[in-house]
Amino acid sequence: MSFDFPLLSLIIWLPIVFGVAVFATGHDRNAQLARYISLAGSILGFLVALPLFVHFDAAASAMQFVEKHVWFERFNVNYHVGVDGISMPLILLNCFITPLVVIAGWEVIKERVSQYMGAFLIMSGIVNGVFASLDAMLFYVFWEASLIPMFLIIGIWGGPNRVYAAIKFFLYTLLGSLLMLIAFIYLYQKSGGSFSIQDYHQLAIPFTPQILIFIAFLLAFAVKVPMWPVHTWLPDAHVEAPTGGSVVLAAILLKLGGYGFLRFSLPIVPDASHYLADMMIVLSLIAVVYIGLVAIMQVDMKKLIAYSSVAHMGFVTLGFFLFDAYGVEGAMVQMVSHGFISGAMFLCVGVLYDRLHSRQIADYGGVVNKMPAFAAFFMLFAMANAGLPGTSGFVGEFMVIMGTMKVSFWYAFLAALTLILGAAYTLWMYKRVVFGQITNAAVEELNDISKREFVLLAILAMMVLWLGVYPYPLTDVMHTTIDQLLIHVNNSKL
Amino acid sequence: MSFIPPDFAPASSEIFMLIMVCVVMLADLTIGKSKRYVAYLLTQITLLGCAVLTFKSFSDEAVLTFSGMFVDDSLADILKLMTYGTVSAVLIYSYTYISERDMLRGEFFSLVLFATLGMMVMISASHFLTLYIGLEILSLSLYALVALRRDSTEATEAAMKFFVLGALASGFLLYGMSMVYGATGSLQITEVAKAIQDGVNAKQVLVVGLVFIVAGISFKLSAAPFHMWAPDVYQGAPTAVTLFIGSAPKFAAFGFVMRLLVEGLGNMSSDWQGILVILAVMSMAIGNIAAIAQTNIKRMLAYSTISHMGFLLLGFISADANGYSSSLFYVIAYVLMTLGTFAMIMLLCRSGFEAENISDFKGLSKRNPWYAFITLLLMFSLAGIPPMIGFYAKLAVLQAVVNAGYVWLAVAAVLFSLIGAFYYLRIIKFMYFDEPETNEPISPNNDVKILLSANGFAILILGIFPQALMGISLYAIQNSM
Repeated sequence: MSFDFPLLSLIIWLPIVFGVAVFATGHDRNAQLARYISLAGSILGFLVALPLFVHFDAAASAMQFVEKHVWFERFNVNYHVGVDGISMPLILLNCFITPLVVIAGWEVIKERVSQYMGAFLIMSGIVNGVFASLDAMLFYVFWEASLIPMFLIIGIWGGPNRVYAAIKFFLYTLLGSLLMLIAFIYLYQKSGGSFSIQDYHQLAIPFTPQILIFIAFLLAFAVKVPMWPVHTWLPDAHVEAPTGGSVVLAAILLKLGGYGFLRFSLPIVPDASHYLADMMIVLSLIAVVYIGLVAIMQVDMKKLIAYSSVAHMGFVTLGFFLFDAYGVEGAMVQMVSHGFISGAMFLCVGVLYDRLHSRQIADYGGVVNKMPAFAAFFMLFAMANAGLPGTSGFVGEFMVIMGTMKVSFWYAFLAALTLILGAAYTLWMYKRVVFGQITNAAVEELNDISKREFVLLAILAMMVLWLGVYPYPLTDVMHTTIDQLLIHVNNSKL
Repeated sequence: MSFIPPDFAPASSEIFMLIMVCVVMLADLTIGKSKRYVAYLLTQITLLGCAVLTFKSFSDEAVLTFSGMFVDDSLADILKLMTYGTVSAVLIYSYTYISERDMLRGEFFSLVLFATLGMMVMISASHFLTLYIGLEILSLSLYALVALRRDSTEATEAAMKFFVLGALASGFLLYGMSMVYGATGSLQITEVAKAIQDGVNAKQVLVVGLVFIVAGISFKLSAAPFHMWAPDVYQGAPTAVTLFIGSAPKFAAFGFVMRLLVEGLGNMSSDWQGILVILAVMSMAIGNIAAIAQTNIKRMLAYSTISHMGFLLLGFISADANGYSSSLFYVIAYVLMTLGTFAMIMLLCRSGFEAENISDFKGLSKRNPWYAFITLLLMFSLAGIPPMIGFYAKLAVLQAVVNAGYVWLAVAAVLFSLIGAFYYLRIIKFMYFDEPETNEPISPNNDVKILLSANGFAILILGIFPQALMGISLYAIQNSM
């Protein structure tokens, strides 16, 4: 389908332009103005992304909405963007989450409002750029640039240990990406001077370089996902980040890693991917089972959800390396669904934190007596996090487990443990926080959620239920792309 | 035998510069204390005049003069034009600083101009002696500049150290050149290259000479293990002088390496590649690791310079136009970043207060968000994070290294730059995550304001559109080879 309007560029640059405008409002005197501009920017950003869904041709396997311009000739780098069934849902997810984050920080952030809102808008644009890039260098620039706003968000508005968390986040991610950069440069040489990702897909590479490239990619993406054992930055970053930061981190930034596996690792080095698939599956299962156990023991709500994110993302990597349509599609559904659920969970914790300024489970108890509406929403999201049928959390996990079953019963058995572990850590936390008698005076003072918070949680609740009951619109758009991808990946490049 | 006067035209900018240095010196004697800015203005006019002269003589052809001792080619012209711009920016940035510290004297300006003259001669040299003379004009002026505040023990110590080690390095260089002369029978760069190509009998002598020359070069570049002087000099010298030492001479040093190693000893590249690999790795390791431990920002930036020089040398390892132009691009990016960073340090200085420590950046984002933002751009650029120009500089060099087949070297380089990222992040941490210790307003002159903002934005804009600068670098190198 030809689509002449540069829609993707608009989706990428509109939030960035708004972000700069928000920065320009400057001082906290203009805080209200900054808030309204960012709200307008983020909602517009979502609206312009809708045509992407409407005009997307689900039957086509080629890239759509493609734009290509020379960026700098010296290294044959192009501004080349386009989407397929893998990247399009993720762009929509990102554009959907951004207004929620702006609303979530509406009253909570009182200092340096313009910088906070501006950073989120700019990051939203940058992340869209990551998903849409078809040129490795363009991808890399967006990929690295996304670190900068997040680093500042954690470091400026975070909790007491924020400096440690921010620097850890930055250096961990940078380590992986720098090796990826070397891999890109190597591929650039091998392909005779091209940074086009699609050229890399067709490039024949011998076995040993494939393994090395796979490892370079793995470090970059595994840190982002994050996979066990390079996940340790995530709990730190989540605990210290402000609520909006946690939401974006869990809902969007982790998806960058998963996306990377699908766009780079699998199609560029398919033989290495097959060869190392067992290792990847084992690492994923460790994340699912071991991190699930770790999550049970947490006393800090945000840390618990952070560990639960690691476990859920373990399902994503597990699904990818089954090389099976169910597995990959399930993993994609899981990514989108995790975006909604983890975002909602962090918002729920944020609601409590704004009132009591504590994230410790022990400081709560009997919240339902004072905040019934909140407790209902929290219940829904907790159930979704545990993978209850009818919520989006179930769909992805179920598909991945089906895919795993085809490969090995024991893999599937271990993967299915998540349904027990997830229920254990989520619902036990829920019980201790929400149910029971009011044990402390601070809880006695709680007020139920405001209209602003209600709107936020209600929107997310609708998405979680919609995707749980009727995931077809999502699986439909990515079906063709994933089939094509799997055919490609199952052909040896040697 | 009649005397044929040489063609002066290719050296017109050097001659103009020499005359103007004398004019500045004399003018300073006659004007009163209150009119010291006249010397400043004269200096800026001189740089402008040189720029015009260089621009006029711009051509793709290499023109030799003074019996083949002096060359005017596109590499020389481009490097010189960049040098003028850098020196001019240095002076604008340091004007307030030096006037608050009683350094606003004719000596400062004439020494800076003399040093610039030395750089120009180095850049245009096509003979080992010319190279050496240019280097000495530059070095001697720099020694004096470092010691300009003679009542400061730190500055005096730094100057002594700089002088002793610098003299040693010059000795190395001369010794190496004499051996090359012994082996090839010439000091003229193209003739040396030709002699080597035709084959020389005393290959060992030539190689030993090469080793001495490379040692001398690494002294001047402050590449490890010949880097010892840099931290002391950077710390001890007045910040304005540190800014000068850290910026413009890097262009001259690049020209120096090009003329000596590439144009003169290019046919021995297989011999010097290995040496450069060791120097580059050591510089990146020592520079980046030692910088972590520093609390003095000038000292930290000195170590950061050492690591950047390691990166710069990486570009030469591939020994082709692609690599050299990557190195040139790296130098340009590096000088832009250094200018901005030291300008920021001087901005934090007040009369009676020297901003020396990294903690002086504390809470800058609250004191002045705009300059904090510019420093943020500078730091991310130094760390090599896109979309800042520092990233493309690293990308260009790394791709040359991988192209030459040294993938492991590229991996080592990125790992060291990961370590490097930590100490740049620490400055950002102080600026953005900490509370300010003082509420002293930061209010520079208008020219500094504009230039610093432009400098900061150049880092970002040239990062988003690097094509032009990459094109210039490639053009300069290709035309001179």
